Amino acid sequence: MIPTIPTPRALTVIWTSYVVLFFVYLTLPLAVVAVFAFNDSQFPSLPWQGFTLDWFFGKTSPKIGVFHERAILGAISTSAIVGACVAILSVAVGTSNAFLFNRYKFRGRGLLYVLMLLPLVVPGIVLGISILVFSSTVANQLWDAAKIDATFLRPGLALVILGQFSFITTIATLVISARLQKFDTTLEEAALNLGASRLTAVRTITIPFLMPAIVGAAVVAFLMSFENFNTTLMLVGSDAPLTIAMFDRLKEGSTPLLNAVSLLLMLGSSLLALILIAFQKRS
Amino acid sequence: MTPDLECTALTRRFGDTLAVDDVSFSVPAGSFFSILGPSGCGKTTIMRMIAGFLEPTSGDIAIKGRSVLDVPPNKRPVNMVFQHLALFPMMNIEANIGYGLRRAGMSKGEIARKVDEVLDRIGLPGVGKRKVDELSGGQRQRIAIARCMVLEPDVLLLDEPLGALDLKLRERMKIELKSLQAEFDTTFVYITHDQSEALVMSDHIAVMNKGRFEQVGSGQDLYYRPETPFVASFVGESNRWRGTVERTDGDTVQLRTDTGLTMRAAAKGQAAKGASVDIFVRPEAIRLGRDAADLAQFDNLLSGTTSSLLFNGAASRIIVTSDETGGEVEVTLPQSGEFADLKRGAPVHIGWSAAQANCFSAGED
Amino acid sequence: MAASARLGFILLLMPLLLWLTLLIIIPHVDMALLSLRERVGVGEYETSIANYKTVLTEPLYMRTFMRTAVMSIMATLITLLIAFPVSYYIAKMVRGRARSVLFLLCLIPFWVSELVRTFGWMILLRETGVISQFLQWSGVVSGPVEMLYNDAAIMTGLVYTSMLFMVVPLVTTLDSLDDAVIEAGYDLGGSGWSVMREIVIPHAVPGIVSGCIVVFMLSLGNYLTPTMLGGKDSLWFTEMIYSQFIVRFNWELGAAFGFMLLFASSFIIWAMLRLTGQTLERTMG
Repeated sequence: MIPTIPTPRALTVIWTSYVVLFFVYLTLPLAVVAVFAFNDSQFPSLPWQGFTLDWFFGKTSPKIGVFHERAILGAISTSAIVGACVAILSVAVGTSNAFLFNRYKFRGRGLLYVLMLLPLVVPGIVLGISILVFSSTVANQLWDAAKIDATFLRPGLALVILGQFSFITTIATLVISARLQKFDTTLEEAALNLGASRLTAVRTITIPFLMPAIVGAAVVAFLMSFENFNTTLMLVGSDAPLTIAMFDRLKEGSTPLLNAVSLLLMLGSSLLALILIAFQKRS
Repeated sequence: MTPDLECTALTRRFGDTLAVDDVSFSVPAGSFFSILGPSGCGKTTIMRMIAGFLEPTSGDIAIKGRSVLDVPPNKRPVNMVFQHLALFPMMNIEANIGYGLRRAGMSKGEIARKVDEVLDRIGLPGVGKRKVDELSGGQRQRIAIARCMVLEPDVLLLDEPLGALDLKLRERMKIELKSLQAEFDTTFVYITHDQSEALVMSDHIAVMNKGRFEQVGSGQDLYYRPETPFVASFVGESNRWRGTVERTDGDTVQLRTDTGLTMRAAAKGQAAKGASVDIFVRPEAIRLGRDAADLAQFDNLLSGTTSSLLFNGAASRIIVTSDETGGEVEVTLPQSGEFADLKRGAPVHIGWSAAQANCFSAGED
Repeated sequence: MAASARLGFILLLMPLLLWLTLLIIIPHVDMALLSLRERVGVGEYETSIANYKTVLTEPLYMRTFMRTAVMSIMATLITLLIAFPVSYYIAKMVRGRARSVLFLLCLIPFWVSELVRTFGWMILLRETGVISQFLQWSGVVSGPVEMLYNDAAIMTGLVYTSMLFMVVPLVTTLDSLDDAVIEAGYDLGGSGWSVMREIVIPHAVPGIVSGCIVVFMLSLGNYLTPTMLGGKDSLWFTEMIYSQFIVRFNWELGAAFGFMLLFASSFIIWAMLRLTGQTLERTMG
């Protein structure tokens, strides 16, 4: 049960093989997605027709590779823009929230803290439709009252960003709060004592201390935005982010092009994760 | 009578390091046995082997004469009080104490009766429904002992359980542990790196260093009659010098320290003329006098100057610098008050007997 | 000093309040109002509970609702059962480097989107898929087998996609259990099973609860997995919300559906917290 307690050999063997099986289960779907990106066939399935890189670099139909497929490249850049906006917004608000909950004791703090956690337990699709409903109400009233056509309140990227921001902020707040709690406030007092103003003390002492958490929260926010499906689905307009674009294609029937995109996504996020780990180690 | 616990040639290796090296000892029934040693000396390894959480590389452990090597930890007739107590935070006090009884399949009524009884015995009646974190450090200590004692083990192991307590409480718990042991009349095996815990409570103490037992004996044995330089330096405090034997006379030797002091000392083991030796003299074994004539009965006399006063209440000392050679000696200040007016720079005389100066042939430490 | 502290407090409070009121509270209130509105003519509306009546009386809606809830609970339990031994293994049975590597391995699949994960299962499970081909090749079956588009496929996908959210809190809480406490359990005569039941599992309750809450919520609100792996007849509640909003453009009914989903998830989370004596702050924050 733990290494210091004698355990029957059979139990250890069974347990270990179970864990191995678990990891096979975990990696199998991703492995097949990756492997079939190189299959020289119209369909991502057996039989194996030979190795090709056409699904990455192919220029001619029907095998147009990722790097020559305008729609997919466009969707990737849309996703990247949305992800960056969500990351910046949610980290900014998350940092502010972290300071608020850590540094101030005020009436209603407990209630606000629970409210702050709520977006995590509201299903994504419900968050999506509630924002859709509210923004349409506002847009309609603006039109009725002043004949202003507020296009940014109609389904589109602005709403997608707001929708994702609405729950990713909670995660950013939790990540940054966790580190701020570990901060020794006497360091700030020492800075004040040495002649810094309150803001300078925060800027030069506290924020650098928080940096690993801030960067971590930004990367997590970016990835969550990039991967988000449910909330985005309800708020998307004409420019579809990558997950929605892939979903639409998948409904029509898949080609190994999707495998190639998926493989690139895996590589991209592993790279981000590695950079993040390296950054956390350094600081 | 068979001893409650007997370890024979107990050895444990971790990779290349020998954590416990051929240790044999036996603990008579009803006694309080301590293993005293610095951290990393292997005492925890011995304890974990007795409890069953580590397998010895070789050797045998017998409890009441029966080898327990093949008995898993949950079946051994020994129980353990863990270093941080390991009380179950998810249970109240009653459930903690009753845990082992439930495992033994005892009926509910019987368990409740036994739990109440043991709570009475440890002087904490009525705390059964409380949570673990509602009790103070000392109370938790007693609960951890009670949790084991309800099972009536043959041997109770205690793994530095006082380490986490503050100084005042630790002093009180030493006395309490000793009286609990008398109350339950069970064999206690206690490990610690704190000599005062071991000296106050134990009937027998094993001093352990680098995987081996240096000496096993009563507190007095270790303090007055150390058999190895390690024991002499680890138990109590000492002036320690390196020196050379100039003359031997039976068990007494005449020697000169590297700092220039000359003295007569009791040789422990081999000490031929010209041999390099370590000499240990306790500061409290040295008598202080205003006049050399007051100290005529001592084998070793020295006159010098008080070069430092180290005031520390009952444990106050002075450092005396020899006028002749400049060597330094730490001396405990008597508490009778006659030297209360001693000033820095004041001339003093000191003396100690050869029997109080232990001399060992010089080892590497 | 007091005045500037007050100003700082207000400046920090503003973003929080704006975020919570404009993006969380008011939209949900607005959705609630919309769900209580009935269209009686072109451009004419009345306040009524007609939409909720429709949900409760139309058997298809009700059946879908119950089915979604039950399947989500099952998915949560299965995830817990699969994840617990693995988490225990990572937290308590391996040491040092091997353990951080195993923990990272658990996280890696979740760096890619749910869409890719679901796509992987489609490649594996469909009639022309890898598993079907493998079974034919090995001679277990003679013709292609369709393993997609049934409840087992949905369950596989749901469990897979939520695994991380169970493993991480479980490993974290199990890790915080001092080995000495487990040893004490054995030392006092406990067996593997009784130590598990009386010490390890009670200690892991906060982790179990927070894992279950997240997994349940993700399953209940999942759209992708049931649609892609369950096919046209998967009958998942989120699909009905989607079709009312986007296909039929009946927002009033869609909002009512949304509220029922929110209610179901909140109720079960509340019940779970209540049963185990936990609070939302402790389990999530």
